[in-house]
Amino acid sequence: MSAVLDIKKLEVAYGGIKAIKGIDFHVNDGELVTLIGANGAGKSSTLRALSGLITPVGGKVTYKGQDITGVPSHALVGLGIALCPEGRGVFARLNVHENLLMGAFARKDKAQILAEVDEIYTMIPRLKERTKQMAGTLSGGEQQMLAIGRAMLAQPKLLMLDEPSMGLAPMMVEKIFEIIRLIAKRGTTILLIEQNAQLALEHANRGYVLESGEITLQGDAKVLLADPRVKAAYLGG
Amino acid sequence: MSIDVLLQQIVNGLVVGSVYALVALGYTMVYGILQLINFAHGEIVMIGALSALFVTNALIAVGVPPALALVVAILAAMIICAIVGVSIERIAYRPLRNAPRLAPLITAIGVSIFLQQVAILVFGRNYFTFPEIISKAPIQIGAITVTMNEIVILITSVALMTGLLWLVNNTKIGTAMRATAENQKVAGLMGIDINKIIAITFAIGSGLGAVAGVMVASNYGQAHYYMGFMLGLKAFTAAVMGGIGNLWGAMVGGLILGLVENVGLIFVRGDYKDIFAFVVLVAVLIFRPQGLIGEKVAERA
Ligand SMILES: Nc1ncnc2c1ncn2[C@@H]1O[C@H](COP(=O)(O)OP(=O)(O)O)[C@@H](O)[C@H]1O
Ligand SMILES: [Mg+2]
Repeated sequence: MSAVLDIKKLEVAYGGIKAIKGIDFHVNDGELVTLIGANGAGKSSTLRALSGLITPVGGKVTYKGQDITGVPSHALVGLGIALCPEGRGVFARLNVHENLLMGAFARKDKAQILAEVDEIYTMIPRLKERTKQMAGTLSGGEQQMLAIGRAMLAQPKLLMLDEPSMGLAPMMVEKIFEIIRLIAKRGTTILLIEQNAQLALEHANRGYVLESGEITLQGDAKVLLADPRVKAAYLGG
Repeated sequence: MSIDVLLQQIVNGLVVGSVYALVALGYTMVYGILQLINFAHGEIVMIGALSALFVTNALIAVGVPPALALVVAILAAMIICAIVGVSIERIAYRPLRNAPRLAPLITAIGVSIFLQQVAILVFGRNYFTFPEIISKAPIQIGAITVTMNEIVILITSVALMTGLLWLVNNTKIGTAMRATAENQKVAGLMGIDINKIIAITFAIGSGLGAVAGVMVASNYGQAHYYMGFMLGLKAFTAAVMGGIGNLWGAMVGGLILGLVENVGLIFVRGDYKDIFAFVVLVAVLIFRPQGLIGEKVAERA
């Protein structure tokens, strides 16, 4: 199996304080890999470093054999990497349709883009009912769906999701994971970051546990689910 | 006061106000995207006026028909101002993008003084006469008097503002501008090169400012290196009045300011005209700091 994303000794610091202390992990082609950890463990910091939002202070990020360490985020989109950021990050004052189109900003194939927007509407009918509505007026769950749909319009080979379940009601979380499952089934490689370890591990192929900026456990998702240490720390029992 | 005088002042106010609106758009677009008050924008307007004046005269001197000379000069001024505006952002503001907000503000004032000095070096300190190319002979319409020059100013302003609104609301680049104004980080994640969008914003704002400069110069028949100061201050007032960051606000604010000034002239001597802008500014800041149309900035990430 070939690694789509390969991270070696990644280090992230904020003003001299290390938030990520040299972690290694990889995501293989077609896999759904999850990075779980408590609040403040460094999950978002890792994703920010991978997506060019911050420059890592150490380590190397390789995507499909190419060194992308420190490449600015707008340049990563063209390579096939999309990030659905923490807190969804929809453009509140753009309508739903415009938000989706912004996901396809780097593309030029207009007809194909519109066809894919329709596909998203089919996959997420709630968005179709609200095409002309400002994204800021949507519910949290709807905004998360929009953020995922928008990321998909970049035609990513690698989709990275930062806590898509955050702050959502259980029913909505179910729906979001259903969409993630669908995207994975269609062959998109996914790196999923979650605090909801149970759901994340149930859906993933493999998982990594991040604790205070270090990876403490890793392996097959089903094995991690059954691991007593994971159970004790993240699964409430 | 007769109704005729009032009507006349309303027409005058609309003409001047539409120019304020064009300049105010430059302030508001830059503010919307960078939360920066580009105090050098008034000087951009001045550079637009002076460069158009010199290009027009040079072209007429070599035998180009005046109307054509004016059109070419306006286009040249727009390009010159766009280049100056984009350069200011690149050289003076971009390095300060993450600095405390006072730093770019003081820099903007510095840039404004710098551009005035450059204008003195390039053009000189004189009051230059702007040639009368579009007739300023009075045209009587009922009880009010207008000139062809004023009519052209009004029509051009409306056309430019309509074009800008269309661009911002209906094109891909306009949507990217709005997205960038709202959240630069996420815009970057979409593949939008925000530095490019910011440069485009400065270019458009400066280009509109150039046209406004030509309008003012042709309307008053003169241009000089200091003309951007008061004009810039008034347009800034208009932008704040409408709600800075909001395009409609800048346009409405410009028109209202033009109207207040000119209708106010019925009651106050001409030399006190400039007072209105600042009375309005103070009143807005006290009673409605978010502006007439401005929304409370709540949903910012
Ligand atoms: N912008 C920042 N400046 C300073 N410290 C930060 C910043 N962002 C995160 N941190 C710190 O880095 C650590 C990891 O945070 P984060 O990556 O957001 O964790 P997670 O996403 O797992 O909740 C925390 O201790 C947090 O306080
Ligand atoms: Mg986080």
